[in-house]
Amino acid sequence: MSKLKLIIEREFIAKVRNKSFIVMTFLSPLIMVGMGFLVYFLMKKNNEKVKEIVYIDNSGLFSKEDFKDSKTVHYLDFTSKGIEDTKKKVEQGNYYGALIIPKQDSLELLAKSIEFYSKDSPGMSVMNALENKIETKIRNQKLNDFGIDINKINASRIQSDIKMYNFSGEESSKLINGLKIGVGAIAGYFLMMFVMIYGTSVMRSVIEEKTSRIIEVIVSSVKPFQLMLGKIIGNASAGLLQFFIWGILIFILGTLATSLLGINMAEMQTANLSAEQLEAAKNVAGGDKMQVLIQEVLRLPLLKLFVLFIFYFLGGYMLYSSLFAAVGAAVDNETDTQQFMLPIMFPLILGVYVGFATVINDPHGPISVAFSHIPLTSSIVMLMRVPFGVTWTELAISMSLLLVTFMFMVWLAAKIYRVGILMYGKKPTYKDLYKWLKYKG
Amino acid sequence: MSNLLEINNVVKNYGDFRALNNVSIHIPKGSVYGLLGPNGAGKTSLIRIINQITMPDKGTIFLDGEPLSPKHTADIGYLPEERGLYKSMKVGEQALYLAQLKGLSKFEAKKRLKYWFEKFDISAWWNKKIEELSKGMAQKVQFIVTVLHQPKLLIFDEPFSGFDPINAQLIAQEILKLRDEGATIIFSTHRMESVEEMCDEIALINKSNKILDGKLDDIKREFRTNTFQVGVHTSNAKEVESQLKEKFEVFPPDFKLLGNELTLSVKLGRQDSANDLLAFLTNRGEVQHFVELIPSANDIFIQAVNKNN
Repeated sequence: MSKLKLIIEREFIAKVRNKSFIVMTFLSPLIMVGMGFLVYFLMKKNNEKVKEIVYIDNSGLFSKEDFKDSKTVHYLDFTSKGIEDTKKKVEQGNYYGALIIPKQDSLELLAKSIEFYSKDSPGMSVMNALENKIETKIRNQKLNDFGIDINKINASRIQSDIKMYNFSGEESSKLINGLKIGVGAIAGYFLMMFVMIYGTSVMRSVIEEKTSRIIEVIVSSVKPFQLMLGKIIGNASAGLLQFFIWGILIFILGTLATSLLGINMAEMQTANLSAEQLEAAKNVAGGDKMQVLIQEVLRLPLLKLFVLFIFYFLGGYMLYSSLFAAVGAAVDNETDTQQFMLPIMFPLILGVYVGFATVINDPHGPISVAFSHIPLTSSIVMLMRVPFGVTWTELAISMSLLLVTFMFMVWLAAKIYRVGILMYGKKPTYKDLYKWLKYKG
Repeated sequence: MSNLLEINNVVKNYGDFRALNNVSIHIPKGSVYGLLGPNGAGKTSLIRIINQITMPDKGTIFLDGEPLSPKHTADIGYLPEERGLYKSMKVGEQALYLAQLKGLSKFEAKKRLKYWFEKFDISAWWNKKIEELSKGMAQKVQFIVTVLHQPKLLIFDEPFSGFDPINAQLIAQEILKLRDEGATIIFSTHRMESVEEMCDEIALINKSNKILDGKLDDIKREFRTNTFQVGVHTSNAKEVESQLKEKFEVFPPDFKLLGNELTLSVKLGRQDSANDLLAFLTNRGEVQHFVELIPSANDIFIQAVNKNN
């Protein structure tokens, strides 16, 4: 046990002292926060520029009221200047574009014959806003023609909010569903990233011991299995430390930057939404809704989620990193690893794809259920499903399958590892690996 | 003298390949034991089994009277032929790490390392990384790490490779000193002159089988051919040579003398004694040189392996 501790300690220190690790740990959050703000400022700059749109209304249907200036778009009435003149002005001047509303006999025809001219192709949000204005105006006009009171129509608008319950009496809402998707997706994705980064780091550490030829001295003091386990745990500890530091740094930097630069987080998130969308968002995220959300989060089985997260996270990481260790042991240098990496990466990526494609839409559908039981994908897919509530029976089956597979794979990997670390020269084939499995002791 | 290590009927297979076939070797306490054999004979397989890196398929191994078990790793020091250290780790740190893996406490390891680093005059390297050292320098560190925990059994596989003659001499002296202090040493090498210099006993492995073992002197005695190198001052060299040829088997000399005397290698028959030859020669001239040809370890190695093949 104390030898294992020594190995873990060495692996951890070797990893943490590594220059690239230090640089990555402290630079990544800076880069991430920096990128975030760069995008924010660019977007803000973009939106700050006021677009001037000129319009010619020959139909006489629209009034100044319909073309009210917004923060980013100003409307100018050019009806008196004539179409040709206006087009020329737009082409030569700094106007964003020209909206031309012709005179037509019917509203239907009018709706189809409005034109927009611009030097460059106009942005989606601008066109959406224009179409929205026109559609609303024409619809209101038609309603008026039918003799329907628009005020009554507006008054009749109602929003339904279906309250969702499960049979154990827990109330849920769409919002909390979104949150569950978020939590699951982040957990699953996080696991995949962690396995990829630190699994390959385990592999590299094995290759380093092989190429530096220290391995034979080490295995004359400790069992290869201890060495492998020590590596896996040591690297994971370094990884967790790195993720922990990232989390703290991003939080601190983010808070610092927002308060120093006076950026409103809510504004940041909604910077690319149009005024109408903003209005809608405000309605949904009303004050009491927020309270409901917090209450609902607190009502989630947080302890259960946490325990399951730890289980699947550790299970998944240990399962995969032992395979990475075996690959590292089988080869002499990193370029030879590729043929063995593919079969390891495949289920990992499949897990994430299945998670995002099916769990989000149908967390308890047959595909989600199946993949949350298959051990190589279960750690990711089940992590995504867990927030939606999975029965204990299912969890028990999935967890025991993962546990059994984990033990089998570690045994398998340890066998390959034990033989591989002392093999040099020829790049092994799968057949060789199979032969190594049969070697005794 | 009792045996420190007893290897009995060890068999090791790798798939269909048999690396060791019923090998038995007994290594006396306090001896330097040469483990010899051509490349690929099975030496490394045997050494790895002693180090419990791999397990034998059959056979038993006893260390100091006890069946070999994991607790014995602390009693064995191993310097493999293919050796290295962590490139980016500091010399002192990894020496400490490796010593602790062998069961020394950090405090004790530090104390002993200080002694050895001073002895080899390398204290200044403590905070250097291995990648900053030359190969010979790294080898010194490896040697220290191998012997630091004062194991009962030391296994050196080609310990002199990578050393210049001066440092090789230093290491050889240290190895003999360790033996004198009570350690038992297994010494595997292809450099036969160092076998002559150091080994008390040897075992020769060829094609997975032990073909020869015992005290080096006994083996030499066994391999002697009753051949003598002679040098005689005589006025009638041709006459003497033809007379010799009638009585004994005579070969052209495989040695050189400083003068212009008649030089020959003479093999005696079973019933002849050295005195017969000497009497024959003194009657015919002045004997300048008379030495029994004792087979070198090198000769024995080549002869035994060729015969076995």
